[in-house]
Amino acid sequence: MKGLLVLTALFVAVFGKKTFEGDQVLRITPKGEAQISLLKELSEQEHLGLDFWREPVHESLPVDVHVPFHSLQGVRAFLGYNQIQYNVMIMDVQDLLDDEEREMVKYRSFPRSTDDFVYTNYHDLNSINSFMDMLVAENSNLVSKIVIGQSYENRPLNVLKFSTGANRPGIWIDTGIHSREWVTQASGIWFAKKIVTDYGRDPVLTDILNNYDIFLEIVTNPDGFAYTHSRDRMWRKTRKPNSGSSCVGVDPNRNWDAGFGGAGSSSSPCTETYRGPSAHSEPEVKAIVEFVKSHGKIKAFVSIHSYSQMLLYPYGYTSTPAKDKTELHELARKAITALQSLYNTRYTYGSIITTIYQASGGTIDWTYNQGIKYSYTFELRDTGRYGFILPANQIVPTAEETWLALMAIMEHTKNNPY
Amino acid sequence: MKTFCSVWLLLSLVELSPAPPVSQEPPLACTGAPGHAPQSETAEDMASTGDLEPTHYPARRAATVALHYLNTHHGSPFRVFGLQQVHKASAEDVAAGGRKYKLDFSVTDWASGSEGPALRCSADVLFPQAERHSGPEVQLHCEALQQLNRTAQEEHAFYQRYISPESAISARDIPDSYGNVSEEMQPFWRLARVAASFIMLRESSENTEFNMAQVASVTQQGSREEQLMLEFVVLLHDFPSQEIIQWKLLASWSPDRGVRVLQTEWQPRCPHATKPPN
Repeated sequence: MKGLLVLTALFVAVFGKKTFEGDQVLRITPKGEAQISLLKELSEQEHLGLDFWREPVHESLPVDVHVPFHSLQGVRAFLGYNQIQYNVMIMDVQDLLDDEEREMVKYRSFPRSTDDFVYTNYHDLNSINSFMDMLVAENSNLVSKIVIGQSYENRPLNVLKFSTGANRPGIWIDTGIHSREWVTQASGIWFAKKIVTDYGRDPVLTDILNNYDIFLEIVTNPDGFAYTHSRDRMWRKTRKPNSGSSCVGVDPNRNWDAGFGGAGSSSSPCTETYRGPSAHSEPEVKAIVEFVKSHGKIKAFVSIHSYSQMLLYPYGYTSTPAKDKTELHELARKAITALQSLYNTRYTYGSIITTIYQASGGTIDWTYNQGIKYSYTFELRDTGRYGFILPANQIVPTAEETWLALMAIMEHTKNNPY
Repeated sequence: MKTFCSVWLLLSLVELSPAPPVSQEPPLACTGAPGHAPQSETAEDMASTGDLEPTHYPARRAATVALHYLNTHHGSPFRVFGLQQVHKASAEDVAAGGRKYKLDFSVTDWASGSEGPALRCSADVLFPQAERHSGPEVQLHCEALQQLNRTAQEEHAFYQRYISPESAISARDIPDSYGNVSEEMQPFWRLARVAASFIMLRESSENTEFNMAQVASVTQQGSREEQLMLEFVVLLHDFPSQEIIQWKLLASWSPDRGVRVLQTEWQPRCPHATKPPN
């Protein structure tokens, strides 16, 4: 509603070439007929230039008024003197219009190619799906889209496959398994574009792709992602209802069959780390499980989260060190050294259970136990200042530095076949 | 805006000043929802004693507590500290029960941008026995606190701008979903972060790691005793449980008196209880 009114104001602004700097919109809550009368009198003072978005009608209804800057002091003094309650709904109308204008300009032209796509912004599900289709269309000899399953709400689980030949071993990367971690899906988009740009140009990436396929699932939890756009920016889990409970959703990173049901996950559906009724009960998880098992030759598996700035390896469910701990630790060190070289972003690294917390039923514990030695989890920027709501201007720097770490892991995988 | 759960709020009026009071337990208003200080199901006793790995979570959690303490004492609309790195840490059990951590760590001032200098701090953090239901006790010393850039001018200008009786600031979602914070809202975000630090400090234990995820709303109240009065609703994020916990609080600020938190109220949030719309 406010948006519509603002757009109208913008329309007027564009055609009337007015500026609204310093103007405010006040929401007045009149009490008693006397105050209503006063407000009606106020509305008749033409020299004030007041624009009532909601007229004074009845004492139970708020009155919204756009007050030009030159009239502000007088109007507020009037309200204060008459003890009429109000609060400032819009602090500066011009600021708001400028912001809206910026947003509209960004979206005015739907990207016609992945070169047009705005990587420095967060996108919704439709936009990301269009991106994937465009990328495939532009690079059909390198990229294809596989649908590995359906989410609970029947959204396709899309995976981009980057391949230069048949029967290759594979490297898996997923982003967005926890829907509120928006910088991860945004980075996934950037990674996809980076791969097609660098193939044939960067010798290391070219060599990797000439020997391995890369599988990239950008929106691993599409139901949750849609929900973060429409209803709750802080939503983490899937959106499957839980029988016998009014609470919705399962933590997809506690739903894997590795230490499932142990400490470090919750048995209550009303919590963020609810493990689900059984291992792989979530279609989003089951789809990946089946894909990995039927592929049979995945050699590296990276699951990307935010925030904390960490690179983690198994295990989360037990303090028993992973058999390959020494190698994994050393590779992690190399990867984050590469990451840090770009913008000096500091990461910590180690096993999940020692570095971040005990977590059972986690993705990379399962993949590691399946024999995928190079199993890693990232926690991207930042360390808490913005947390899940990382400003969009950090998307590309985050993706760029993370890519260096991913390259280190992929290169090591290629150089150490098993 | 999103919930349909039947909720029953218990107002917990807590006067917060340097002496930590005992907070009341809010009700379990959401069926099955965790209490306001969610305990993650850590069965294994991670009783880390002796020297601790600085990059591992026991040291980091204790350092986070020290950081909250630092912000309650030295935070302002133009100064909020973030943890940069833990250099050294150790822990030991204490005679009266509970565990005491000794920490050596660095912090940066978020308000001075990414190029701000790092301050070296040392702290003792005591987590009392769980049964005592009181928050951690912190002793802290940071080098060169006095040498930080003076912010008196900005504080004064900010104070003057909003102390007038007609001022009635009101805003929601800072940052917004995309991480945007307008220039004007930056000091309010910092004030909320400092005020939230009082709550985070009080609610911390060895099983929590709190951060402020977002300011859901700020509403200016009438100034009292020459203090800016602000009502905040803040969303806190606890790492181990991954829960988002909502608190409403009333804070005052002036350049002279600094930040004080006068009232806090835990607000049940039942997002998990939302049925998908049919």
